[in-house]
Amino acid sequence: MQKQQKNEKRWLMEPMPDKAGHFGPHGGRYVAETLMAALITLEEAYLKISREPAFRKELDLLLADYAGRPTPLYHARRLSEHLGGARIYLKREDLVHTGAHKINNTLGQGLLARWMGKKKIIAETGAGQHGVATATVAALFGMECRVFMGVEDIRRQAPNVHRMKLLGAEVVPVDSGTGTLKDAMNEAMRYWVGAVTDTHYVIGSVAGPHPYPLMVRDFQTVIGEEVRGQILESLGRLPDMLVACVGGGSNAMGLFYPFLDTPVELVGVEAAGTGIASGKHAATLCEGSLGVLHGSKSYVLQDRNGQIMEAHSISAGLDYPGVGPEHSFLKDSGRARYVSIDDDEAMEAFHALCRLEGIIPALESSHAVAFCLKEAPALPRDTVIVVNLSGRGDKDLGIVSDYEAGKGGAHR
Amino acid sequence: MNRLDKKFSELKIKGEKALVGFVAVGDPTLRDSLRLITAMCRAGLDILELGIPFSDPTADGPVIQRAAARALKEGTSLTRAMEMTKALRERTDIPIILFSYYNPIFAYGLESFYRDSLAAGADGVLIVDLPHEESRELTEYWEKANDFSLIRLVAPTTPKERMKHIAAHASGFLYLVSKTGVTGSGGLDAGDVRNHIVDLRSVTRLPICVGFGISTPEDAKILAPHADGIVIGSAFERTIEEHLSGPDLANRLAEQVKDFKEALKPEPLKHTQKQR
Repeated sequence: MQKQQKNEKRWLMEPMPDKAGHFGPHGGRYVAETLMAALITLEEAYLKISREPAFRKELDLLLADYAGRPTPLYHARRLSEHLGGARIYLKREDLVHTGAHKINNTLGQGLLARWMGKKKIIAETGAGQHGVATATVAALFGMECRVFMGVEDIRRQAPNVHRMKLLGAEVVPVDSGTGTLKDAMNEAMRYWVGAVTDTHYVIGSVAGPHPYPLMVRDFQTVIGEEVRGQILESLGRLPDMLVACVGGGSNAMGLFYPFLDTPVELVGVEAAGTGIASGKHAATLCEGSLGVLHGSKSYVLQDRNGQIMEAHSISAGLDYPGVGPEHSFLKDSGRARYVSIDDDEAMEAFHALCRLEGIIPALESSHAVAFCLKEAPALPRDTVIVVNLSGRGDKDLGIVSDYEAGKGGAHR
Repeated sequence: MNRLDKKFSELKIKGEKALVGFVAVGDPTLRDSLRLITAMCRAGLDILELGIPFSDPTADGPVIQRAAARALKEGTSLTRAMEMTKALRERTDIPIILFSYYNPIFAYGLESFYRDSLAAGADGVLIVDLPHEESRELTEYWEKANDFSLIRLVAPTTPKERMKHIAAHASGFLYLVSKTGVTGSGGLDAGDVRNHIVDLRSVTRLPICVGFGISTPEDAKILAPHADGIVIGSAFERTIEEHLSGPDLANRLAEQVKDFKEALKPEPLKHTQKQR
């Protein structure tokens, strides 16, 4: 208990980002002037309300009773034995309500919106997990909800579209660009420009303009805080390595953040799509360069004229040419390492976890598992790796069977 | 005196309002673009906003999104826009404002952007997603205060204190966004715009141009008495889109420029000054 309080204090005193939302050269606010006042109001409201004991209490209660936290930290013995190296623990975010870590953030932002008196919320979604989590919170709080989703993602993540509709949300198809997450976010921002006075935009990742990278990180930090407590309790020591997939980077940031000031190795796993060399990937940190997209400065996949390139991944949630600014900062500073895993490797990890542990992981999370498949065998047996199993794979069954049928490369 | 200041003082003497026209470079093709824009300048455009397309135009409505997509397909880049500016500068003396999102400019290199823009004959830049808080890294390369303007935006949602701050750092003119929404969206409320202009006038002596969502000469006519200029973008782009390869596109655009310019002229009768 005492430890927890200490952690919270450290959390509040953390100087990143600075007052204008910068993580070194990354972050900031790059949006149309129409949105600036709303972002400043949101920032002020967030900083004030999130410190109110009544707000924290309400949120903690929802996270526990409604979302099902804390989630287990599970020692994947068969997987570890199979690999014959490091001990692998899975943080079971797949077991939380709605099936992915996204609910941690949407409960936080939904509650914040309610405290701010907003009755309408909007969101963008890629895999649909954030859309479902937002629609869920909208239903819970009796709010009107619109979710913007690319037409390609609507096609490949149909079960989540159905879920959102059942929950009472309006799913707005976005057919510009490649019809994926980037385009959904463009359209959500356009809509918000026109509706900013009465609508809260629930951004689903640690991306976007300040204060989103800060706010979403804070709401997701519950993942890392729990891991810290759980591993100390079961092993009496910190893990050696944390592994999480990175699209925008919210599950990774939530896991990493409470460990930033420890010697624990942090590994973010990006999607290499059909291979880095093929050019069809979403490895923004590994392959991108500094740019400005969706309201913040960070690494982006772009051509030499500053036009944003299309990303590609078998996993809709990682299929994004940008990344949260704090990850860019962690990369530059060397505090975290970023690697990439391609579609085939992720699919192999998906099956390995199904067969060895009886857990069907989301394709996003399968990328993190795949990294372990590659690296764990060479590591000593007393090495402890915690993998964030950020979501469950029910939504991906269609993609998996397409892939099995040999259409793996044709799903676009 | 720079071209922008000169233009506004000339217009003031004549009792006219500025017609500011936005066109995307390279729409519908790079070759046509020069001819079309030249025709618009000759037809009476006062200030040109030369749009440099960006792949993810989050502040633009469907019409300008499609214009940007056509232009990108043509291979339009900031480098091409610089060439276009140079070519236009040989044909016209009206102020040219480069208009884009931040990423293409950032990728070009901030220092080269300033030097090349000046060398090409541009008079300023407007960057939709660069609020004043983040603009220092751009303007720190600007050697002289007066030869190149960063056109700053004020929105209906901008509080008064913030307006004051934005105005204090502005030059050339201030761009007042007429409504909360993306470019080309409908539902213009002239009363609201008038109030925002009054607010903005109380914190600046710079000319005020109003844009976003002014689609017809009638809209322009209603707002003209209150502003120093009106920005038209989507309306021109709609014409381009509807007559893509039509042989008379240049004439149509020229006629449209004349119609808007006509609408901006003060009516001889005093009754337009009455409260509406």
